[in-house]
Amino acid sequence: MAVNYNAKEEADGHPSGVGASGGAGKSRKPDNTAFKQQRLPAWQPILTAGTVLPAFFIIGLIFIPIGIGIFVTSNNIREYEIDYTGTDSSSPCNKCLNVSWNSTPPCTCTINFTLNQPFETNVFMYYGLSNFYQNHRRYVKSRDDSQLNGDNSSLLHPSKECEPYSTSENKPIAPCGAIANSMFNDTLELFRIDNETRIPITLNKKGIAWWTDKNVKFRNPSGNTNNLTALFQGTTKPVNWPKPVYMLDSEADNNGFINEDFIVWMRTAALPTFRKLYRLIERKNNLQPTLQAGKYSLDITYNYPVHSFDGRKRMILSTISWMGGKNPFLGIAYITVGSICFFLGVVLLVIHHKYGNRNTSADIPN
Amino acid sequence: KLCAGEEKRVGTRTVFVGHRPVSETDAYVEQKFCDNRIVSSKYTVWNFLPKNLFEQFRRIANFYFLIIFLVQVIVDTPTSPVTSGLPLFFVIIVTAIKQGYEDWLRHRADKEVNKSSVFIVENAKQVKKHSEKIKVGDIVEVKADETFPCDLIFLASSNDDGICYVTTASLDGESNFKTHYAVRDTTGLQTDDDIDSLTATIECEQPQPDLYKFVGRINIYRSNQEPVARSLGPENLLLKGSTLKNTKKIYGVAVYTGMETKMALNYQGKSQKRSAVEKSINAFLVVYLCILVSKATVCTTLKYIWQSNPFNDEPWYNQKTIKERDTFKILRMFTDFLSFMVLFNFIIPVSMYVTVEMQKFLGSFFIAWDKEMYDEEIKEGALVNTSDLNEELGQVEYVFTDKTGTLTENSMKFIECCIDGHKYKDGISEVDGFSHTDGPLRYYGKAEKCREELFLRALCLCHTVQIKGGDNVDGLRVNQECWTYISSSPDEIALVKGAKKYGFTFLGHEADYMKVQNQKNEIEKYQLLHVLNFDPVRRRMSVIVKTSTGIFLLFCKGADSSIFPRVQQDEIQQTKVHVERNAMDGYRTLCVAFKELTQEDYKKINDQLSEAKMALQDREEKMARIFDDIEADMHLIGATAVEDRLQEHAAETIEALQTAGMKVWVLTGDKMETAKSTCYASRLFQTNTELLELTTKTMGDSDRKEERLHELLLEYHKKLLQDFPKNSGKLKRSWTVSQEYGLIIDGSTLSLILNPSQDSSSSNYKSIFLQICLKCTSVLCCRMAPLQKAQIVRMVKNTKGNPITLSIGDGANDVSMILEAHVGIGIKGKEGRQAARNSDYAVPKFKHLRKLLLAHGHLYYVRIAHLVQYFFYKNLCFILPQFLYQFFCGFSQQPLYDAAYLTMYNICFTSLPILAYSLLEQHINIETLTSDPRLYMKISDNAMLQWKPFLYWTFLGSFEGLVFFFGVYFLFQNSSLEHNGKVFGNWTFGTIVFTVLVFTVTLKLALDTRFWTWMNHFVIWGSLAFYVFFSFFWGGIIWPFLKQQRMYFVFAHMVTSVSTWLAIVLLIFISLSPEILLVVFKNKVQRRKKLSNRKASDSLSSRRSVRPLLLRTFSDESNV
Repeated sequence: MAVNYNAKEEADGHPSGVGASGGAGKSRKPDNTAFKQQRLPAWQPILTAGTVLPAFFIIGLIFIPIGIGIFVTSNNIREYEIDYTGTDSSSPCNKCLNVSWNSTPPCTCTINFTLNQPFETNVFMYYGLSNFYQNHRRYVKSRDDSQLNGDNSSLLHPSKECEPYSTSENKPIAPCGAIANSMFNDTLELFRIDNETRIPITLNKKGIAWWTDKNVKFRNPSGNTNNLTALFQGTTKPVNWPKPVYMLDSEADNNGFINEDFIVWMRTAALPTFRKLYRLIERKNNLQPTLQAGKYSLDITYNYPVHSFDGRKRMILSTISWMGGKNPFLGIAYITVGSICFFLGVVLLVIHHKYGNRNTSADIPN
Repeated sequence: KLCAGEEKRVGTRTVFVGHRPVSETDAYVEQKFCDNRIVSSKYTVWNFLPKNLFEQFRRIANFYFLIIFLVQVIVDTPTSPVTSGLPLFFVIIVTAIKQGYEDWLRHRADKEVNKSSVFIVENAKQVKKHSEKIKVGDIVEVKADETFPCDLIFLASSNDDGICYVTTASLDGESNFKTHYAVRDTTGLQTDDDIDSLTATIECEQPQPDLYKFVGRINIYRSNQEPVARSLGPENLLLKGSTLKNTKKIYGVAVYTGMETKMALNYQGKSQKRSAVEKSINAFLVVYLCILVSKATVCTTLKYIWQSNPFNDEPWYNQKTIKERDTFKILRMFTDFLSFMVLFNFIIPVSMYVTVEMQKFLGSFFIAWDKEMYDEEIKEGALVNTSDLNEELGQVEYVFTDKTGTLTENSMKFIECCIDGHKYKDGISEVDGFSHTDGPLRYYGKAEKCREELFLRALCLCHTVQIKGGDNVDGLRVNQECWTYISSSPDEIALVKGAKKYGFTFLGHEADYMKVQNQKNEIEKYQLLHVLNFDPVRRRMSVIVKTSTGIFLLFCKGADSSIFPRVQQDEIQQTKVHVERNAMDGYRTLCVAFKELTQEDYKKINDQLSEAKMALQDREEKMARIFDDIEADMHLIGATAVEDRLQEHAAETIEALQTAGMKVWVLTGDKMETAKSTCYASRLFQTNTELLELTTKTMGDSDRKEERLHELLLEYHKKLLQDFPKNSGKLKRSWTVSQEYGLIIDGSTLSLILNPSQDSSSSNYKSIFLQICLKCTSVLCCRMAPLQKAQIVRMVKNTKGNPITLSIGDGANDVSMILEAHVGIGIKGKEGRQAARNSDYAVPKFKHLRKLLLAHGHLYYVRIAHLVQYFFYKNLCFILPQFLYQFFCGFSQQPLYDAAYLTMYNICFTSLPILAYSLLEQHINIETLTSDPRLYMKISDNAMLQWKPFLYWTFLGSFEGLVFFFGVYFLFQNSSLEHNGKVFGNWTFGTIVFTVLVFTVTLKLALDTRFWTWMNHFVIWGSLAFYVFFSFFWGGIIWPFLKQQRMYFVFAHMVTSVSTWLAIVLLIFISLSPEILLVVFKNKVQRRKKLSNRKASDSLSSRRSVRPLLLRTFSDESNV
């Protein structure tokens, strides 16, 4: 056995050279680690009818009460909606239908309505627009966030995105862009009619915008003075606005870019039919509902033309629950899905038990 | 590449040794050869950027994304160029860094080689130089254990006999020592002064990559004499990259340098093989491209219909810029179309290519790491040369295997021999108790003593075996224990060892002499005059030796088919019986013949051979022709039988492969009988397999060969056709066919079919032959030349349906078929490393094929198929809501998601879970996969990437996209979703959709994961957590570099809304529930199938266990 052909010996005796060709000469045994041998401890779940169908059953049982809860909550929300566009010739606002931006004196109209049920909790007043494409790309991008954030150079040099609403009369527009330019400017006032006397209802205009928007994202330009007029010097008002931005409100903390109506408007809506928060009506005392059942009248200063693009305008009064405004969709969806799951769970469980029995009986002989 | 232009390869080159002119009259002309700088790197610092970018953008996918990016830059598009630019540049930069790093490594390696110091003899002095400075014609000195800096012609060594030993381990992996010879006239030039006095020119062929071929001529000029011309062959050429061993130093003259060395010429990569999965990906890409274009077209059309209403086109609140108004409508439409394309372009995922490549690259490590594919004997595991084909391993339909060294061990054992028809056999067990000189022989009748000795001398002389001593080669050692025989062919070693058993010991070479110790312990010396090595075409080798008494002898050893026609016919019969019986037993047989040459004969031959050796071109062919002439009318002395045992588990592996639905073909150069018995032993043929033979035997006479062949073909065809229609209802690759057929064909018949003499109706017969082949369960092709092997593979590869083929082999003769097949597998065998080097994967043993295909191949296929489908799916449900949103935003290309989400979706939020899945998933345990080969059939025919599963995934994606969008749409019927009555805008809308999307898509993957390791947990839950974290972070800061702060606190507000939470949970559940239900039902059906299968397999295994018994009886019979 002296002369044995043995490749091993040779490989050992003369470890192959480190050639550029590579590849050759690796004679290391692979590590026996769980990872390298693809033997990591693993959980190997298999979805079987036995585990999934009861889960469906349980999910159904959970979803249905949630759905009912949501549905009931949503149904308890009081909501009242008035379309004040005035397309109908009988509508009091019909006269204002073809109003233009600068009509002076402004067209006003009054709509009377009756609330059949009292609104117990805080009431939120929305305005709603339809067929208004706030989500159009050209519209969405037509703003300058750094200008709105109080950046002084952007104030005087608005972004190109604002075109064609960035300059007017060779002065930079503040706030620039199509969104700002088309800000909703109807004024809505609510009166309770109590024995023919109109009692104005206090509409709170603060607290309607996101806190972060009001306090961080939107800022007035900075300077030595607190006088907004001076700070906005060198800029001009948006074309469609009757007043410059520093005259939006009399209160200093709600004027200029941090005007909450303005901030709300600047948050572009997702769909062409949308509503935006306009005013808050806070409950005054615990004895009386915020809005009693009875007659009311809505005074509208009709400035905002929507007829030209076939749009509609609405005023909505709504209470709010933990889940937001009235939205039947969620409740119905939960109830439907829950019922289907429950139904499937029950039916399939029955079927499975029949099959399952057969399976186990088949297993035994093996 | 640099200097070795194709046109320069023709013709010869003349090298002046030491740059010395041959005569004073001829002016020495400095020739231009390339320097010895090795440049394996692709790039330099200067051209890296343009060249690398160019190469990357040549890939169609990268180019597509570049176009999209450019469109975004040029045209006013909805998403900023960053969204598609960032992922693209991420991909490009990562690839560039990887390639740059690899190139840097190559630069470093090059530098190391180029700057290494060498000694050059100039004016009788040694000059130390950098390796890169070597010029063609320089005389280089190389010391022991140094590698040669360039291709050298060996001039002289420190040994007087002009021999040096070399290993080429880093060239072709063969670690044995190879002997190289210096030309006799220069062997004496052993000092610097001597070598400097040499005036010579070398004419040789232009550089060519074949490592084993070289022809040249050296003309040595001596003062006032005619130049002496000597031929140069591969044995005179020392290749760059090989290492000098056992020799103190050598002198050589550089002939090929730098990029013209054979090593550099071999460096070029192999042609890329593309996998079937990639073809599927491309098909799906086309579908998605169509979806993309049609979506864009639909949107553009609808946009203009919608805009035909002027108050939609340009309401007072949203007026166009002057520029927009002025552009032509056609141009505007075109821009809009492009914008939509850009908006939806994410449907074709950039990151898929990166992920697929990462998966392949990282995944291939698992093959190399596999401990079960590690072989203790050779201390090596599997080797992955290309990671592109991992999944192809799961799709193999045809396996072409070599026999020797692949199915068998190729570790030869001398079993018996026959001399003049007398059988000589010894059992190792009987060795004890016999004296060494007489040999432990058991004679079955005895041949004449002189014939016996002649036979044994022939065995001792007719070979190319060398002896590797314990420490030094020269000098006889009494202690023979530390010797090892080295040869490129294990057969020869077995034969030499066999001869030793009978008392004749080969003691090695001494200069031109071969020393043999005979039975009487005397040392006989034979002068070795000429050797013509074994080659697979001639199938024999010959040596011419001169005995000490001055008799010229020719010994020839080879396959019976090549020896029998060349010996006296009356001698054949008695030996033939033995040869055939040995072949039946599966032994490899060789016949030995000799011829005595007269002085005149030898002289004539010697002249012819010397002349042929001088030839620069086709030298081997010329020599072969001369030998052909001499090798006639020889005397047959006897035959040898060498056993080549089956590799362990070879039979089980073949059986498993067949059960897995693969068809196994054996392509061998061996004799039919040997191959057939191996096939039976390896259970390729069962006892009940009906064999159809198409061999020279069945063909009969040479005149009617072709007609007979055609008759046979038609007959077999008819037979198979009759039998098969009955089974047509069953699965195509069913493993239970009532009658199994096996086909045996040999090389000459095959060439008759493939290259017929008259071309009439030949293609018809070819197709008939092919049909026969495809219907047989197993095919054995014997007597195959290497090229024929490749021909067969190509033939099957190009049949209808383009089945995936796999070739496995171990020798140089298998390289062609390994390169030809879809997947080439090399066995790290004993016949050198060429096969392993040229293969896509190399494994130590045939049995490892089982795990490689059944487990690794299966898993990789499932993983990558799922990866691809999942990628398309997740991008479809990503983009579909964006498409639907266009219907609600006036087709204005308003993106639904924020740019950050668009960008990050594929690279951060959803990439890692699928990557982890595609690396770690084991939907079925590896053990189960290996032990139950039938599982392999489940994924055959690219099952997971057919249109049906693709449509299923597409449907799923569309369904989920619809659920996401319309769910949130209905939720947003009242956008005041917070408890304080404040309203959400469009970005919140998109964020809710996106959140549902990310969760659904990730959880869908979680549902599909059957193998949850900690890594899967980490990446799946980690990705979701990262998404949430990122969203908070992204919305938490006013980013100074952003034009718009769209996402500022959007996510934070979203999560404060209870309604949103409820909606997200609901939508995720709705999206996933159909999938869950479907999986449950599938599992149920599967389980029932499995139950019935288990019963079937029980009966099968009982049947299977019978088989070895049957086999045993068969082989017992054949032994008698």
